[in-house]
Amino acid sequence: MQDLAHLDKLEAEAIYIIREVAAECEKPVMLYSIGKDSSVLMHLALKAFYPEKPPFPFLHVDTTWKFREMIRFRDETAVRNGIQLLVYTNQDGVDRGINPFDHGSAYTDIMKTQALKQALAKYGFTAAFGGARRDEEKSRAKERIFSFRNRDNAWNPKNQRPEMWKLYNTKIEKGESIRVFPISNWTESDIWQYIKREKIDIVPLYFADTRPVIERDGNLIMVDDDRLKLRPGEKIEYRRVRFRTLGCYPLTGAMESDATTLDEIIRETNEAKVSERSSRVIDHEAQGSMEKRKREGYF
Amino acid sequence: MTELTRYERPLLKFITCGSVDDGKSTLIGNILYNSKLLYSDQIESLKTESLNGSCDGELDYSLLLDGLLAEREQGITIDVAYRYFSTKKRSFIVADTPGHEEYTRNMAVGASFADLAIILIDASKGVLIQTRRHARICALMGIRHFVFAVNKMDLIGFDEKRFNDISSDIARLREELSLQEYTLIPLSAKSGDNVISRSPNTPWYDGKSLIEYLEDTDTSGDNEETGFYLPVQRVCRPNQFFRGFQGQIESGELHVGDELTVLPTGETARVKQIFSGFNEVEQASRGMPVTVSLDREVDVSRGSVFTRATQDDSIKVAREITGTILWTDDEKFSIHKDYLIKLGTSQIYAQVKSIEYTIDVNTGEHVATSELSKNEIAVCHISFIDSVAVSEFNRHRTLGEFILIDRVSNMTAACGIVNAIHDSDGKREYTPQNIRLHLLRQKSGVFNFGGLGSTADQETLGRLAGEVEQKLLQQGRLVYYYRNTGAEVSREVLRSLTESGIIVLTVKASPESAEYVKDLDPALENTGTDSIVKFIAEQTAYEL
Repeated sequence: MQDLAHLDKLEAEAIYIIREVAAECEKPVMLYSIGKDSSVLMHLALKAFYPEKPPFPFLHVDTTWKFREMIRFRDETAVRNGIQLLVYTNQDGVDRGINPFDHGSAYTDIMKTQALKQALAKYGFTAAFGGARRDEEKSRAKERIFSFRNRDNAWNPKNQRPEMWKLYNTKIEKGESIRVFPISNWTESDIWQYIKREKIDIVPLYFADTRPVIERDGNLIMVDDDRLKLRPGEKIEYRRVRFRTLGCYPLTGAMESDATTLDEIIRETNEAKVSERSSRVIDHEAQGSMEKRKREGYF
Repeated sequence: MTELTRYERPLLKFITCGSVDDGKSTLIGNILYNSKLLYSDQIESLKTESLNGSCDGELDYSLLLDGLLAEREQGITIDVAYRYFSTKKRSFIVADTPGHEEYTRNMAVGASFADLAIILIDASKGVLIQTRRHARICALMGIRHFVFAVNKMDLIGFDEKRFNDISSDIARLREELSLQEYTLIPLSAKSGDNVISRSPNTPWYDGKSLIEYLEDTDTSGDNEETGFYLPVQRVCRPNQFFRGFQGQIESGELHVGDELTVLPTGETARVKQIFSGFNEVEQASRGMPVTVSLDREVDVSRGSVFTRATQDDSIKVAREITGTILWTDDEKFSIHKDYLIKLGTSQIYAQVKSIEYTIDVNTGEHVATSELSKNEIAVCHISFIDSVAVSEFNRHRTLGEFILIDRVSNMTAACGIVNAIHDSDGKREYTPQNIRLHLLRQKSGVFNFGGLGSTADQETLGRLAGEVEQKLLQQGRLVYYYRNTGAEVSREVLRSLTESGIIVLTVKASPESAEYVKDLDPALENTGTDSIVKFIAEQTAYEL
């Protein structure tokens, strides 16, 4: 009998995991970041339960600094797929004027990590799906598919539960929670192949277009609104760029590209000389910075 | 041959294991680096980080994999890391596992995921206990292809004789563990000999390089099983007109119109519809997630298994098995503890009734014992509170693998495989009463002090009952001394207490309550509380 092809195996594994969580966990939620990995994850959830809708809501933690196109895409996607979408913003952070220009890593902590913790607590979610992949970063490569968080939402990488075969132990105490990563074993290239095969809609920012950008600290930053203040010597140029990953616009570097189709993106991805997360400004800070943030509750 | 695109290439999942410092992480790092699979920013940070390391400024490939801060600080691998790469012929996922005995359970996590194991051996040290332990665990978890990579050949001057000595040790190990397919490759992870291409330093070796071997190993038939089965993950009810069952086909094919048997009930029904993703399809096969609806109402829930009446009887309905387990909890095994077993999609209360023996990882000897601690392998008897669909591991993997979960700590206490299934001695029902029996590990009962013409007075009997209550509680029994304060002992109260599973003590209960009451022998009263405690403990002992 023919074995399933590579992508079908990855899809089957993810669907199995998503169904296990729906069957065993008390109150799951799927985190939705609007990016390509999240789009794949949402597609998998829709497929896993069809003809039923996913039996859990989706949650977007909005830092208020996402690209405007992302927010538009998010709202259209929720309507098109008929899913329940929750949006949460750390209002206290907004009131204090926390922003990515002045507050650096404190911004990520307050508007992302703290906001996520607040949202999970507010709704009492016991399990949260995320679209993290092990090939993204070295400490992610070490994380289980079912990753446990204590009452303070912290990850203990030195004492992870054994995870054997596909027998996931979902038992937790009150106050504890689980992060679940169904696409742990997918690579960036798998994601693009799958988006193409399944015709999944993605934010147009992934395709090359002429966009207003400035050069800052070695990154091409898109000027998405007037909150970005030009420093002396900086000037807005119109260049043909696209994004390899999407996050908050002041923290996401664009790449010069002419790729306007999925095939062209796939070719670029396979020939890329630098890794995916090199376009994320926050990742370079220090060795182990991702692990440190995760231990504190970052997704 | 035209080059396959990445997602058409067959996938091989493998692990690297072996003892500490045998060079597992270095080997994988070398493959990634020399196959030009790293991005330039990853190479840059590898170069920078290597300067701070212990390799005298040479590239320290292990830094590519040891991603945790604690691992870098201590220079060891603590947990399994997954890496993804492909060559022109094949896609690979590799799990790099820790070599320290303390982290054996993390190594087992990697083994449960893999089709092939590379076991590294330091050529200057030969076969170590840890080599044998890892080979044994890999075999236990179902791996069928083994590569023994004899590493650090450069340190022993690529000595052929030394390699042959190790080779005969491995041949003995292979026999002991009945390994199905194995090979030995002499290599150097650090300098790259026989890793990607064959090395001029080993002219006496005429086998493949490691990468060639990985590319060519055929694993397609490994998970071939006979018959059809689908463990139900969940019931799907989008509206009142549709009731579907979702799960993955683990073996065989499914067609619309097929007659299915539902285990454990044994009811039958025909397949009405099959959904694969968003499409309604006529048939589906092994490995596919599906939603199935049936032509009539039958009792199906999570944990049920669809199979066919016409196939062999390798899937059974039973509540007792013999299994081989690897203990993964820091806490020792205790016969008095409660566990949940997760097997397929069933999850129910289970009891490890006895340990037959543990297996000495070094010699393979069977050791009779009742103790079991972390990283030990044992053969034991396990019974469940109710019947489930189960199979021997070598017949149907998904119904022959299980984990035990500690009910108090929620820890995954053990993982194991089913060796043998024992026929059911009649089906036990999953009633609240039965679950309470198991939870409390006791049969309830009312024990009456001062029945059967005892001559002791109320006050003495009351004191006796109080002492017995205290001692039984200290033994972990849920017991309650029901004091009749002047009024009669109520029959209704006794009934309720009994049904709730509690052991009840009373003094001079009325004849009307006799239905629930066991009178204590007056002779017992005279021998003291210890005799009474012993008597009650025996009367209420419960075994699953």
